[in-house]
Order: sequence, then structure tokens, then C-alpha cells
Amino acid sequence: MVGELTWSRRFFGLWLPLTVLFVFALFPFAWMAATSLKGNAELYDPTANPLWIRHPSLDHYIGLFKESNFVIWIGNTMLVATVSTIISLLLGVMLAYPLARMRFPAAGLLAITVAVTYLVPQTLLFVPMADLINRMKLGDTLSAVMLTYPTLLVPFCAWLLIGYFKTVPKELEEAALIDGASRWRAMTRVILPLCTPGFLSAGIFAFTLAQNEFLYALLFLNTSTIRTVPVGVTGELIRGDAFYWGQLMAAALLGSLPVVLIYSFFVKYYVAGLTAGSVKG
Amino acid sequence: MSRVAEATRPAARAVPSARAFRLREWLEREAVFSWLMLAPPLLFLLLFLGYPFCYGVYLSFVRRPVAQPATFIGLNNFLNLYNDAIFWQAVWNTFRFTAAATVLKLAGGLGMALVMHQNFRLKGMTRALLLLPFIVPTVLSTVAWQWIFDPGMGLFNRLLMFLDLVKQGPSWLGNPTLAMVSVILVNTWRGLPFFGITILAGLQTIPDELMESATIDGAGWWGRFRYVTLPLLMPVIFIVTTFSIIFTFFDFQLVYVLTGGGPANATHLMATYAYSVGMSSGQMGMGSAAALAMVPVLGVVLLAMSSYVRRR
Repeated sequence: MVGELTWSRRFFGLWLPLTVLFVFALFPFAWMAATSLKGNAELYDPTANPLWIRHPSLDHYIGLFKESNFVIWIGNTMLVATVSTIISLLLGVMLAYPLARMRFPAAGLLAITVAVTYLVPQTLLFVPMADLINRMKLGDTLSAVMLTYPTLLVPFCAWLLIGYFKTVPKELEEAALIDGASRWRAMTRVILPLCTPGFLSAGIFAFTLAQNEFLYALLFLNTSTIRTVPVGVTGELIRGDAFYWGQLMAAALLGSLPVVLIYSFFVKYYVAGLTAGSVKG
Repeated sequence: MSRVAEATRPAARAVPSARAFRLREWLEREAVFSWLMLAPPLLFLLLFLGYPFCYGVYLSFVRRPVAQPATFIGLNNFLNLYNDAIFWQAVWNTFRFTAAATVLKLAGGLGMALVMHQNFRLKGMTRALLLLPFIVPTVLSTVAWQWIFDPGMGLFNRLLMFLDLVKQGPSWLGNPTLAMVSVILVNTWRGLPFFGITILAGLQTIPDELMESATIDGAGWWGRFRYVTLPLLMPVIFIVTTFSIIFTFFDFQLVYVLTGGGPANATHLMATYAYSVGMSSGQMGMGSAAALAMVPVLGVVLLAMSSYVRRR
């Protein structure tokens, strides 16, 4: 009797809602995979089971590699995301360290300013930003997005790192200073190494945000060979009104793969960043 | 001569080292060290955030077609927007979209967190998999959704037809109401795990002793949830909701890719509208004005929220 009660409670309280959540969250990925692995004949056959593959084929993947610049887009995306993440982490540390650990006039005001800039959305700035980039003669170059992505990422990195820097006791720094270390040495040799999890969190998060960015890439990257995956896929694989769904789904799946791989290795840090900063979404 | 030189050498060496010592002492002052560190990132943010913002405000007061000189026209851009029915439709759409998506994400996320806050095997893996919609680049998952909504061969209509619910599936993105529903659904799909995982982290900070003592005091499942869990979760819920409102309100990618604002502007949000005016039609002044118009609207939302919370 008691066993039955806990079984049904377990079923209705855990397994059933968990299954619903799983189906809801993951069915689009199954649909992507199923579509990308079918030949066109099966794909557009109304009598075929949409979620089942009778004749698996890699045609769409081969077509994607041969007919589009997809490989170049992946390379561009990785390059842009890596460079802008590194810039953002560096600038983020320089911003966060004094705000978290030093006492000086206007520190409080600055911290609030960082929090506010973190909330300034790019949709507010894209018109003047496009003009600024054109006047700097950076239009249609990867440098344009490498310079503009950090504007989205630096406030976030700083925000997250301030939290981490504050957790290191002040006594550690004071001890280093008394031992004759300069503030710079105390920072680089004592405090920063203790905050490695913070850098991982901020870095992974910045990286996924940079991979996800679309608006600036759409504005600044026009030549096919310098595009990132999101603009390449929407700009070139959707040809007029004709949709090449097989290739599109192959691209969507492969384009998501790098970020998912990196994420799967660092889930812990990603979740820490997510819950610490309450992040853009 | 050489003796003199020898006598002065140590002194000469002492002068720069004293200066170096003073320089070092100066660098060691908290304020100096702080500002030297802060200067590069602040300059960067001033150039690439502060300047565009001010320039955007300036642009909203001028008429400036692409590659032509600007002429000052005062508030005319804003007046034109005020008289533009599509602008008001975009404002109304943005409110409906933000409200519906936020409520759905909050309710679903709370449910997800409560389900996940139990002991079961492979919990870490489950959490990682359920977060996938939030990780994957929005544009790519949105393209997949576009295919799911496809009227002819999309997954939804084929399932509906397979189950014999309809003869001819609806045009999900072609019907104004259904298109809005679709856009809200996709935003919910992507944002729900963010709510779920963050609220779960909040749940895990609630001490077990509180639950136990509430149980001893005779509180049932609902009583514990209503009088212990929910009040303690309020700060987390408030922060997540505020962030989500802001980024849902300013959403661009999803609508741009899924519907392009159509059919007949039924899903145009303020962001996509500003883009189509400023970039597609090339009226930078009007586009800037439309983008800036989002600030007061959002300000009102946030003020209302914070005053609501302060009263509680």
C-alpha cells in the first residue's frame, strides 16, 4: 500500500513531468537530425513518418560543405568568439578588480554604471553603431564584430567577476603587501589565481553569447567569406522563397555543435555563471 | 677628476631610484592603482557604448538618409512615429509578446525547478540536457522552428494530419494570431530553462530545516510551498523576471528570422520595426528615434515592477 503510494507519487511528481519537459525541450533537435539525414524524396513524401528515417543519407551534409561557405563560417565564428571573449575577459578583470577590492572615490557610482550598461540592449545602439563602424572604415571586416561584441560582453564579465573577487578575503592581499609585494603582484600572483572558476564561468558564458550574436553580424558582415554561422545560414542557405530544409537543418545542427561541445565540458561553470549573474536571455 | 666622478656616481644613482621609489609609492596608492586599471576598459566602453548612445540620441533629432548629410528637424521623427499606425502596432505587439512569454517562462520554469528539486539518478545530465535550448544559437534553433511550423511538410501539421485532427493544417506563420502565438512559443521554449535552472539554484539555498519544521507544524505540500518556498524564492524570481523582461522586450533575432515582422506587421516588435525603418528603409534618424522610444516604455515597466516589490 505504502509502496504503491510512493510509486504513484514518484510517477506523477517526477517521471511524468520530467518526460514532458524532455520532449518539449529536445524534440526540435530530433526534428533537425531526422530532417538532415533524409534524402529529398523521403523528406517531402507526405506519407512517410516525419520522425523516422528509412533511408539515411548524408547528401545534405555533403551539399552543405560543397555548395556553401559553411566551413569558413564556422572558422569565422570560432575566431570572432575567441578573440572577443579574450578581450572581454581582460577588460572585465581590469574593471572588476578595483570595483570589488579597492576603496576610492566614485567606486559605488561606477559599479552602478557597469550594472546599467550591462542592461543596455544592443537593439538600442545598432543604428549609431552601424554609422560609427562605417566611419571607422571597418564595415565588412571581422574586426568590426570583434570590437563591438565586447561592448555586450565586458559589462557582463565585470558584473560576474566582481562577485568572485569579493569572495577572496582581504587579509590575503594585505599579507602579500606586508611581505613586500606590489599591488600588481598581489593581484596577479595571489588574488587572480584563486578566481579561476570565475574566469571559466565568465569565459564560457561570453563565448556562448558571442557565438549567438546576430544583429551586429547581420549589420557588419556582408561578404560571404567573412560571415559567421548565424548570418551565413539565414542569409545564404535560405535562397529566396525556396527553402532547402535538409541543408538548413544540417547547418543548424553542425553550427550548434561547437558551442554544445564546449558547454558539455564546462556545464558546472556555465550554470554557475548563469545563476550568479542572472544573464541575458 | 676620476675621484670626483666616483664620488658623484652613487649619488647620481640614488636620485632616479628615489624617484622610482616615489613613483612606486604613488602607484601603490589605492585610488591611483584603481584608476590606472579602470582607464582602458572605461575608455573602451565610452567609445563603443557611450558615444553610440549619445550619437543615437543626436540622430533621432535629424533627418539623415544613408550617405547624405544630416539636417536638424527637431522632434519631427518622434511626431512621425506618433502618427504611424505600424509603430503603435509594434508597441502593442511588444507588450503582448513580453507579457505572455514572461508569464509562460516563469510558470514553466518554476514547475521545472520544483520537479528538478528531487533526488533522482543522472540529475546533472538531465539539467545539462534541459538547458540545451538556451545554449544553442538562437538563429539556428529558430530556423528549425520555422521548419516545424511549415504549413505543408512541417512537423506540427503532419502530426495534426496524422492524428486526423484536421484535414488541412493551419498556416502557423501566415495567420496573424497564430504567428504571434508561434513567436511566443519559440521564445518560451528558449527561455524556460533559464528560469528553471536559476530558480532551482534558489531552491537549493533554502535550508531543509525550514521545510522540516513546517512539516512538523502541520503544513502540507501546498502550505510549505505557499508559506516557506515561495516567499524565500521571491528575490531570485524577481531578478530572473526583471532580466527576462528586459531581454524579451528588446528581442530581435527570433522575430527577424521566424516571421520578419509579418504577416502584415502582426508580429513586428519595436526592435524589428526600428531595424526595418533604420536599415532596410535607410532612414537612420527615424530608426534611432524608434529604438530610443523603447527606453521610456521599458522604464515604466521596470518602475512598476520595483514599486510593486517595494510595497511587499
